[in-house]
Amino acid sequence: MKEMTYAQAIEDALAQAMAADERVVIFGEDVPALRMNLYARFGERRVRQTPISESAFLGAAVGAAMAGLRPIAELIMIDFVAVAADALINHAAKIEAFSGGRWQVPMVVRAGCGGGYGDGGQHEQALWGWLAHIPGIKIVAPSTPADAGGLLTAAIADDGPVVFLEHQLLSEDWLDYLGAGGRSTVSYDIPADGRQGVVPDRWEPIAFGKAAVRRTGSDLTIAGVGVGIHRAAEAAERLSREGISASVLDLRSIAPLDRDAVVSDVGRTGRLLVVDEDYRDYGLSGELAATLLEAGLTARYARVAVEGTIPFDPVRERAALPNVERIITAARNLMK
Amino acid sequence: MVFTGGWWFAGNRKERNMDLDSVALYHKMLTCRRFEEAIAVLWHEGRISGEMHLGIGEEGINTGVLDHLGDDDAVALDHRGTAGMVLRGVDLAAIVKECIGAADGLCGGMGGHMHLFSKGHLAASSGIVGAAGPTACGFALAAQHLRPGTVAVAFFGEAAMNQGMLMEAMNLAAAWELPVLFVCRDNGIAITTASASVTGGDLEVRARGLGVLGKTVDGADVEMVWRAAGEMIDRARGGRGPSFLRATCTRPEGHFLGDPLIRIARSPLVELKPRLGPLATATTSAGGAPIAQRIGSLGRITSMLGRTARSKLGPAHDPVKRLRKRLAITSDALVTLEQEVDLMVKGAVDKALAPVTATGEEASQ
Repeated sequence: MKEMTYAQAIEDALAQAMAADERVVIFGEDVPALRMNLYARFGERRVRQTPISESAFLGAAVGAAMAGLRPIAELIMIDFVAVAADALINHAAKIEAFSGGRWQVPMVVRAGCGGGYGDGGQHEQALWGWLAHIPGIKIVAPSTPADAGGLLTAAIADDGPVVFLEHQLLSEDWLDYLGAGGRSTVSYDIPADGRQGVVPDRWEPIAFGKAAVRRTGSDLTIAGVGVGIHRAAEAAERLSREGISASVLDLRSIAPLDRDAVVSDVGRTGRLLVVDEDYRDYGLSGELAATLLEAGLTARYARVAVEGTIPFDPVRERAALPNVERIITAARNLMK
Repeated sequence: MVFTGGWWFAGNRKERNMDLDSVALYHKMLTCRRFEEAIAVLWHEGRISGEMHLGIGEEGINTGVLDHLGDDDAVALDHRGTAGMVLRGVDLAAIVKECIGAADGLCGGMGGHMHLFSKGHLAASSGIVGAAGPTACGFALAAQHLRPGTVAVAFFGEAAMNQGMLMEAMNLAAAWELPVLFVCRDNGIAITTASASVTGGDLEVRARGLGVLGKTVDGADVEMVWRAAGEMIDRARGGRGPSFLRATCTRPEGHFLGDPLIRIARSPLVELKPRLGPLATATTSAGGAPIAQRIGSLGRITSMLGRTARSKLGPAHDPVKRLRKRLAITSDALVTLEQEVDLMVKGAVDKALAPVTATGEEASQ
């Protein structure tokens, strides 16, 4: 076992997959600069720079995957998937169904996501609920280096399209590229356990749709993904000091969703608090409420999510994103 | 001088500018330069969060084009829209406040520098590359219906030319004979990628292929930009359809402040040190490309850094310095003008920073 940062784990898992399988190729904007090490090792044919043409290169990833490659298309930020949504929504997600299950699209879309570094509402959305709405795409959002490497390994091995979302606060590469820009005059609320952690010596795939229990409690279940899980863990720690015992369930993938884990834990605690950095309405948090109802569970329920366009102003940005104080307040209300 | 409505802002005149006034152009360009330099200081001080894309080096293009616009003309800007807003006559202090996220900023602190909007000036920005094209088409369509004789201008970089939405917008503008000027600020680099390495064909020819009149000028020569843009805007006003102006430029700060390649070029020892170990390990790891390809990759990385190191705003590429040399004005008048600009910018920044309203509550009351 060794320690790695979130970004190192991703690069290491990519390198392992690329060394093992010639069909794995990377393309995206700026990859020679952003993926300098992979570019040096695997050459320009397998680490290929693209024009700023998201609809073309995401569409090309679909075609390349259909024709035998295992492409990893980098979008820089998931916000930009809106430019190329057709490739993902109408093609990558549909081909297997349209072909009667005879033709798969083994591609990975890799993108930064999430806020807290002050880039405004067009550059720090989560969008996982929006994407997960479409059948035929898997969506993962790892919260630790070990999960990042393991889930990426699974994503590359998967025979269908997977959107791999790296939180911009966790990945030092993205955060430096987009937020700090080499400045020492700015600081961010970065969860230490997400930024750096123990990783295995060799990457093994982590199955999608399997939640990780980060903490076991008896009064309520807090569920979420990504940075939200770290905020939830901190909130749970503080809640424990006032006698409130919370489970923290890291869903790890939004689609597939580990509904059983949520139903099982909430069946025990009787309360669900969803922490979601994506938009509140029509998303993951509502899906989890539906999951409980469909399972016949009667539970108290609350959610801490993003309710509108994320403000640029860092103070209001922080307030708009799920933060520890909001989670604690919501948990206390659930206990009333 | 009152900086919220100076005589020299075309945006505040009912009639558009008919004559080339080099001194006025210089005043505008210098205002943009000093203003963006002041914003860069705020960013480096950590008062501005996130990315910061400035148009230093592009003053000749922004000024040479926008000098022709009148009050009812519309502008679609990209993520690099600060200077465009200045040139449309938007209050400088309101822009600074927006950049720091103040509740009384231009957009209430909601947008930040990448998402500057001024409805009163029909000026909108977007952080999505290429998005200015379709927006300008819509502005131009509204102009045809509601404000005949007015035009819309779209600003974007050469890398945006590879976005489908921009190519589609150019075709739409041609098909509908929209009064649009597409302005391509070409610094040759798409974020950190050499544009030539990811672009097929010639951009001017591409525009012509879509039925849009195209021309290329030296963006460091504001007078050349001014003349070319003037003809194209006249054409659009006269209902003779869209044009494409490609203007070359050099941006000393690259894509954004803190551009990783520029940082390496400026402080190679500090910036390269943490990168060299992993790079050497990766290059010599078993599994991967043949050695010749790996050496090729390293060579391209080196030349990318070399290209960045050479990309400086020398006197020949600096639109502000170039025009300054040509001004028919006494040195006293020039000094006065420059002091005036400095004071105006400093006044705006001081005004923006003076009250503690960055968090908003008291300002919104």
